This record gives sequence, C-alpha cells and structure tokens, in this order.
Amino acid sequence: MLKQKLALAVAATLTLAGVAHAQSARDYISIVGSSTVYPFTTTVAEQFGKANASFKTPKVESTGTGGGFKLFCGGVGVQHPDVSNASRAIKKSEIESCAKNGVTDIVEINIGFDGIVVASSKKTKPMPLTIKDLWLALAKEVPEPGTGKLVANPFKTWQEVNPELPAKKIEVLGPPPTSGTRDAFVELVMDHGCKEFATIKELEKTDEKKAKAVCQTIREDGVFIEAGENDNLIVQKLVANPNALGIFGFSFLEENLDKIQGETINGVTPNFENIADGKYPVSRPLFIYVKKAHVGVIPGIKEFIAEFTSEKAVGDDGYLSKKGLIPLPDAKRKQVAADAKNLKTMTP
Amino acid sequence: MNKVISSPDPLQRNIKTIVNASLPRRHAAERRFRWYGLIAVSLGLAFVVLMFGNIISKGYPAFWQTYIQVPIQFDPAVIDPQGNRDPQALQSADYAALVRAGMRRMFPAVEGRLELRALYGLVSSDGALELQNRVLQNPELIGAEQEIWLLASANVDTLIKGNIERSLDETERPIKDNQIGWVDQLQAAGQIEKQFNTILFSSGDSREPEQAGIRGALMGSFYTLLITFLLSFPIGVATAVYLEEFAPKNRWTDLIEVNINNLAAVPSIVFGLLGLAVFINFFGLPRSAPLVGGLVLSLMTLPVIIIAGRAALTSVPPSIREAALGVGASKLQMVGHHVLPLAMPGMLTGSIIGMARALGESAPLLMIGMVAFIVDVPKSFTDPATVLPVQIFLWSDLPERAFVERTSAAIMVLLAFMIVMNGLAIILRKRFERRW
Repeated sequence: MLKQKLALAVAATLTLAGVAHAQSARDYISIVGSSTVYPFTTTVAEQFGKANASFKTPKVESTGTGGGFKLFCGGVGVQHPDVSNASRAIKKSEIESCAKNGVTDIVEINIGFDGIVVASSKKTKPMPLTIKDLWLALAKEVPEPGTGKLVANPFKTWQEVNPELPAKKIEVLGPPPTSGTRDAFVELVMDHGCKEFATIKELEKTDEKKAKAVCQTIREDGVFIEAGENDNLIVQKLVANPNALGIFGFSFLEENLDKIQGETINGVTPNFENIADGKYPVSRPLFIYVKKAHVGVIPGIKEFIAEFTSEKAVGDDGYLSKKGLIPLPDAKRKQVAADAKNLKTMTP
Repeated sequence: MNKVISSPDPLQRNIKTIVNASLPRRHAAERRFRWYGLIAVSLGLAFVVLMFGNIISKGYPAFWQTYIQVPIQFDPAVIDPQGNRDPQALQSADYAALVRAGMRRMFPAVEGRLELRALYGLVSSDGALELQNRVLQNPELIGAEQEIWLLASANVDTLIKGNIERSLDETERPIKDNQIGWVDQLQAAGQIEKQFNTILFSSGDSREPEQAGIRGALMGSFYTLLITFLLSFPIGVATAVYLEEFAPKNRWTDLIEVNINNLAAVPSIVFGLLGLAVFINFFGLPRSAPLVGGLVLSLMTLPVIIIAGRAALTSVPPSIREAALGVGASKLQMVGHHVLPLAMPGMLTGSIIGMARALGESAPLLMIGMVAFIVDVPKSFTDPATVLPVQIFLWSDLPERAFVERTSAAIMVLLAFMIVMNGLAIILRKRFERRW
C-alpha cells in the first residue's frame, strides 16, 4: 500500500514536470525589476492587457533594480525575462554580464522622472532645507566648524546644522541600502552636499576614493533610521512622530497630502510642476530595458513598448501621471517614443 | 489514634505550628502564580483582540463598493455604425464614449475639458468593460436606454466611506470640490449606492483599487497547496511509518532524526533559494508557477508532517501491535490494518497545521518569482500565479489610499482560512482521538 502510494506520488511529480516542460513556450511578456517602477509598469501592463484581447496581460515581478538585471542578463530564451524595470541607468558591469550570457541588443527606454522627497507630518512647521543642511545632518563624518578637520558627525539638532533651522532633534527615516531610492538619494543629495565644503574639495584632489566615501557614507549612530522598503510604513511613522523627517518617492507624498508635507529643498517645493521642469534638485530618471532578441519570439513586446511610450500613458495628461510619474519634456518624449519604435539598441 | 488527639505530644504540635506558620506564604505563592498565569493569558488575548480589531475595523468597508446609477443610451451609431451586428465590431466599439455621454446627460451644465475630465473621473474605467459585456451577451440592447449601476472610482468610494476629510483644502485631497458637489447631488437623488463587493472575490489583481480582487491569489494558493499536499502527505506519512515501525534503531536513524528536526526549524527563505537553484535553474521548470511553489512548500511542510506522524504513531499502544502480530499478521499488515488507521487522526491534524503554515508563507515564494503582478486568474499548475500572503504584501506597498482597506480585507480572508484549517485540526483530534 505504501509502496503504491509512493510510486503514485513519484509518477504524479514526473507527469507534472513533463507537462511543465511541454508548456515552456511562453505566451505572455515577463517583466522583472525595480519596486519603484513597479506601480507604473503594472498599470501599463493592465491597460495593455485590456486593450489588446489577442495578448495576455504581462507578468510583472518586483525584484529590485539589481535583482532585475541579474535575471534579465541571465540569457536569451523563454525562461529569461523580456523586460527589466530600473530606477537607475544600467551599470557598465551589468552590461558586461549581460554580454557574457549572450544578451547584447538591449533597448533602453526612459519613461519619465521620479522625485525623491523629504517630508514631515503636517502637524509641524515646515523646515526650509538645503542639500548642504541634509548632508551635514546625515553624513557620518563632517568637517569640524573652524578647523575643517574631519570628525564624527557631532550634530544632534537641526539648529546646530544651520542656525536658521528650529532646535528640533535630527531624526530621519529612510530606505535601506538595497533600495534604488537610497542609491538615488546618495547620488543626488549626499554627493552634491559635500562638494560645498573646502576640506572635501581638497581631499578630492589628493585622495578621490576617500573623498567619495566621506561624501556618501550615511551616519550610523541612530539618527538615520532605516525604515524598510515599504514607503507606506514611513508615512505612517511620520504621522505618529511629528519630529521625524522621511525620505521616499513623490507618489507617496501626492497620495498623502492630507497627512504629510514635502519640505522645500534649496527653496523649491516638491510638486509635479517643479519636478517636471527640473527645478527640484532631487529627481531621477526611470527606465525600462527591453531584450531585442525576444521581440517577435514572445508575442506582444512591440505593442507593449508602443503602449508604454504612447501619449496616453506617459504624456502630460497620461494615466501614469495620475499615478505619480513625472513625464519627460515634450521633445525628449517624442525622441524616446521614436527610438523605442525602431528598437534602437544601446551603443556599447 | 485517640491517644494522639487527646494528648498531642510536643513534637506533633511543633510540626503543626511550623506547617501553619508557612501556610499563608504558600497560599500567597499559589495565588501569585495564578495571577501571573492570568495576566499572561489576558495579555496574549489583548494582543489578539487588538490585531483583529485593527484589521477588521480597517478591512470591513472593503466588502462594500460604491456604485453610481448612470442613464446609458446604447447608441447604435457608436456601437454598431454598420448595423450588421458584427461581433468583431461590437467587441471593439468605444463603450467608454457611452459612459461619458451618460455622465454628461446627468450633468448637462458641465463644460470645459478639465471639468469634464473631473466628471468622467467619478466612474471607474471598468464601466466600459461592463457595457461591452452586456452588449455582447444581449445585442438586443443596442438602441435601448437603461439606467445602469456603474462602478464608482476609488476616490468616490473612499469619500462615501468617510475616509477623506472634506474640511481639508482642495489641494490636499485626491477628490476636488466640484467632484464632491456632484457626488452630493447624486447621493441626494439616490443615484449612489453601496453594494456587496463581488469584484473583490471574482477578479484578479488590478492597479485600480476598485477593480482589484483576490480571485487570482486564491486560485494560486489553491493550486500551490494542492501540489504541496499531494507531495508532502504521502511522502511524510511513509517516512514516519518507516522510521517508527520498520527502521532499525541505530546511529544512522538517529542522524536522520536529528536532520529532520533541524529541517523543521530552517528559515523558509532557504527553501526558496533551494527551489530557485534546483527546480528552476536545473530542471528548467517555469518561474512564478504554482507547480514550483508547491514543490518548495512541500519541502518545508515535510518535516512538520513527519514529526507529527511519528508522534501519532508512538501514541498507539504497543499492545495493539503485539495483538496483531500474535494472531499471525505480518508486520506490514499490522501497520496497514491497525496502527496506521489508529494514528491517522493525529497525522491529519499535523498535516493540516503544516498546510496552514504553508498557506501563510510568502518568503520562499519571493525567490521563485511568485511575488508578481498578475491580472489573469491562473487556470493550471504552470500558469503564472501569486498567493494570498504575497498579494497582501504587494497591496500594502502601493501608494493609493484605497488599497489600505483592501489589504486588510485580504488579511481577513487569509485569517478566515487559517481559522477554518486550525479548527478542522481540533475537530479531527476531538472526534477521532482515542484515549487508551
């Protein structure tokens, strides 16, 4: 009796595996990558599925930008994804690893911008911040006032950072290092903030590596709190703690304007117009990458790209702008749509 | 005896006083212990009540959904300009235009592109699909005029449920003053109604909160658990029976036992990594499929079933085995006819608890691509699918406010399944358990 059962189970497994193998010719688009781009790509995927009865709705996995490229660069063939979402441009090392696995023709599509905001609860007075203030408050090592020697960050309140700011404890909730939002924050705020100090400019001439580390390292003494990848959680914590500031994507600010406010940075308010104009300093481009070798093999990729670059989706009044994506300027958008249509690959 | 009572000797009295003196202290210790126990239990209960209260209070509104009654004229010029009822033409007609015309007829005074856009924004984009379905099912409708309840947009739904503060400044809420004015007019005219949210149970995932449902995730969970059960129950039971009844007791079986106990405590993400390396990369099974999910979860559930199965087997008294062997049964007959049936309720209980754990698992599925946005409801073991806990995780991470209540509603459904499964385990134990 037991043997029979066992044999049955083994047989069942084998048949199922066989069925799986037979069906491995995929008839839907498989997308992986950034959790920041996920809300936008899923919206396009759903619209695409609804509008085209002949194609299945694409499958969108949220793996993070780096994890997405790892899968995307795994090779050419139905078991590998067709499209990768990214909240930053593809790195040189990733292009190389792609090429090693035979993935050479990659189409890069810039879909728009995302703003990164520093926000606080509406219950407190807004603080006009600058990039310099943010760096001084968050860097691990800062130049000592007066001597300019690098010391462990001594600042406990915003007033110590900048006498014009209130005497509030510095407490910032932000994403962990695995997040694309964190990468972008470091690149757009920390890297620029440190350049305002003579000490670091000099250090850059003598020891570039050290200077980069000083610029980018965020303090670890409990002032900067890693609050996880879930931006909704940061919003909730800000509401509960009016003293804290939070760092997250613009779309979460837009959805919660009744509870939180975006702080001005260098005097610019984080809103749709300012990010679209490029006035707001902390914004980054978002991308999707398409494997050209899969076009024509997996049905619908061309049509999906057309939907993603259409005015209906990424235009000024497109449905993605309602979801918080900041559209590209008109001319650039037309250029991107034309390049995408011709499947123009990246030049190595 | 009489003598003892009548003339207690000094030693006896001495013991009595010692005991009496210590009595209050011992009683106090016992009372204290009872209090500690009571406090521990009520603290635990308080947390459960807090959790359930929080989830239910947030989630129950999601079971109702706002609808708007719109007068729709099934204009033949839009749906079927040729007039030949060609199904292809009916399929691709612009039904959204019918919805827009209906909205305009309710509010003829609204003008201007922006104002009109705001007006159309009151109803969900699902309305066009709804009209299309109605026309395809019943082409007679063309040319007719009907009052149809259309799905309201998520913002209107949130407003009606009272989750948007009206006193706030217009720029701070997702729904604008003019829209609130229209909603109030419609409500006064009885053209807004809350109906049971069938969409939540009948459709797959969507990025529009009002159209999002858990059907896809439920079916994904069903297929995944079916695979898990089909694999882990027979193998688990067979392993338990062999180890308990047939295997010799030596160093090797000890080693196996230690390993099984260890496996039961391995973090589930490790099984996910294993699944990625073995099932997907080596065997080439498809990503995101319930088949692979089920294989991974059965690896995780197996140790639980084996341990529960062995415990159930040991609780069958040796006299049963001896009696069976005594009347001439073979060892296999002894196990198959007597021991296994008696141990089955305990084994099933263990399996159900293991399955309940598998139902609530999301970490290992992350590695094998089941954390994904999937609109189509899966129809087989190899279709891309996601499961209920993963759906909860994905919804909790979306910016739209209306997903908060849907997240809680999905948690309620998951909890309901958990309660049913664990309740079943208790009933099985109570009904079939034998006391020896």
